[in-house]
Amino acid sequence: MLIDFFTAVGDVLSSESTYINGALFAALLAYAATGEWVAERSGTLNISVEGMLLSGAFAGILGYHISDLIVVGLVFGVIGGMLIAAVQAEMSHRLSADQFVVGLTLNILVFGLVGFLDREIEPQALRASTVEIPVLVDIPLIGQALFGEPWPFYLLYVLVPVSWWLVYRTRWGLELRAAGENPQSADVSGIDVNRRRRQSIYYAGFTSGLGGAYFLFARIAAFDDSVIGGQGFIAIAAVIFGGWTLWGTMAGCVLFAGALSFQLSLQGLGYELNTELLQALPYLVTIGAMAIFAKRVRPPAALARPFIRGLK
Amino acid sequence: MTRGARLTEWVALYALSVAVALALASVIVEATGGDWWPVVEALVDGSILAPGRWGGTLGIAAPLLLVALGTVISSKAGLINIGQEGQLLVGAAVAVYFSFLIGGPGPLNVVLLLLFGALGGAAWASISGLLRFWRGVPEVLSTLLLVFVALQAVGYGLKWQWLLLADEASRGNRNLVSEQLAKDNRIPRPDIFGNEFPITVYVALALALAVAYVLARTVWGFRLRMLGHNPRAAQRAGVSSTVYGATALAIGGAFAGLAGAAMFAGGGFSFGNFRLVPGFSDNIGWTGLLVALLARERALPAVVAAFVFAGLRNGAGFVNSTGVESRITDVVQGLLVLALLVPPAVVFLRDRRRARAAATERV
Repeated sequence: MLIDFFTAVGDVLSSESTYINGALFAALLAYAATGEWVAERSGTLNISVEGMLLSGAFAGILGYHISDLIVVGLVFGVIGGMLIAAVQAEMSHRLSADQFVVGLTLNILVFGLVGFLDREIEPQALRASTVEIPVLVDIPLIGQALFGEPWPFYLLYVLVPVSWWLVYRTRWGLELRAAGENPQSADVSGIDVNRRRRQSIYYAGFTSGLGGAYFLFARIAAFDDSVIGGQGFIAIAAVIFGGWTLWGTMAGCVLFAGALSFQLSLQGLGYELNTELLQALPYLVTIGAMAIFAKRVRPPAALARPFIRGLK
Repeated sequence: MTRGARLTEWVALYALSVAVALALASVIVEATGGDWWPVVEALVDGSILAPGRWGGTLGIAAPLLLVALGTVISSKAGLINIGQEGQLLVGAAVAVYFSFLIGGPGPLNVVLLLLFGALGGAAWASISGLLRFWRGVPEVLSTLLLVFVALQAVGYGLKWQWLLLADEASRGNRNLVSEQLAKDNRIPRPDIFGNEFPITVYVALALALAVAYVLARTVWGFRLRMLGHNPRAAQRAGVSSTVYGATALAIGGAFAGLAGAAMFAGGGFSFGNFRLVPGFSDNIGWTGLLVALLARERALPAVVAAFVFAGLRNGAGFVNSTGVESRITDVVQGLLVLALLVPPAVVFLRDRRRARAAATERV
């Protein structure tokens, strides 16, 4: 029994497709989680990230359907994500409507709208062409997964460091973090708290929209309303798991994507395993990590607390 | 500003934003080559007018209202519980497990079933309570994450006969469903004017009144609201945030679990036909949360909101016959919620601006 288990794990870990699938999911999560991380650092818990991904994916395929160009698809994806971000940001941080109502509603709305439009339009797309980075792609097992990907994948290598730089090394990032940690003080020192929060949500819409479109062109190039299937929530879990640091968040993305592709490969190789446990794993691990490290790693102090001047 | 002018402002704002939402939905339908008016007719027919339909709407409204009431209680204590979908599902699963384990005569079993449902939901929510008050994990995050754990846990339970799965003779091949509840163990669904709905509708209504009363008129309710408004003042006045907060979370979960059990024992064809099926919770938890938030965390307005949402859901069944994809009802629902959020926010901002203007005048 135990031996069986180890052979199964060995088989999975030595199959290249595990790593390729893992990189695919990790990239999707990383796109979404990067933006979500920025948003959470400004003190807003943006649960419409799921809707942003889905909207980005559908807008992406729509863009391709119209123009036959992947680039246009990606641009459409960004627009799709940012449309959702606009509603979320303007309603919850300009009109001060409850951010969870707005977020939940947007998820439902996008799910319905995208399903509706998909049946009415039935857009088609093609997979993006892969670009292999010479030499590096020949690394056994992980070479193909990290350096032989459809080209939109590589945008991530730029996006993540840029996000880090924006948040930690610019004035904008400092103000954004202040809005997330102590909005009252930030407000007194002349920072428009809600404006920074809106901008951070727009940023999340940008990265998530791009991520949704990427996923579509990298994987299946066909749309149905379950393509994202809860990955947005896993991205939120990754941010929490990472203790609100970018590198921790990325580690969470890799870990959770790994669990997912591990499970897919197990099934692909014909092993039986408790799939429910593996699917619940990201959430269980995140809850466990929060419970253990809660006293040491703390969320941005004003996370999910709306800021209205004069109210605490 | 006079009272009348204020009321007019409210009504005008609501009318305007709902009109904009419906107009947007109609534009979406028309732009994709459908007709809008038949969709509206189908929605109204399917939710109220056609024979036997308003009973179905009430049957859906009951669990929505129950979930919303629990949310009202926990949010009054200043806690953000967004995990009702999971609490509802766990409640239903626990109810199913113990109902078949214990058996017993009809009415008694129904009561037990509902009780275990509430207990299951409360236990699931209490995990978040424990994490919140013992480890300091924000309940927003843990309740949300536990939804997905609950989905998988119940999915796992439905794979094993010693947990929830029915034996092979009483289910279709490879169908992962639970045993069907025996006829005399179900919640009665009396027929009124050709409409049948479970008597949990009355229970939910009574509970709405009870929750409104308890929150507004009892010491316990007062302390809970105090905790929500100003935790520090509450602490000084001797209201333990741990005791009251954890209780409020547990009660919120209990309501969701009760809703789940009631859906199982009285939901009929709307909810799995007296079986626990994969995806049993079917977004009732999420929608119930929306109902509560839309009613701005008050028990009685939640009754109205629950009925409207149930109507949209029930009416969706009739939309397909108009040739327009029935998913449009999700869109209508989403747009309506967003529209209903606008007026309170606008009034709030305006009031502040007026107050500020008045204050500067006085100086």
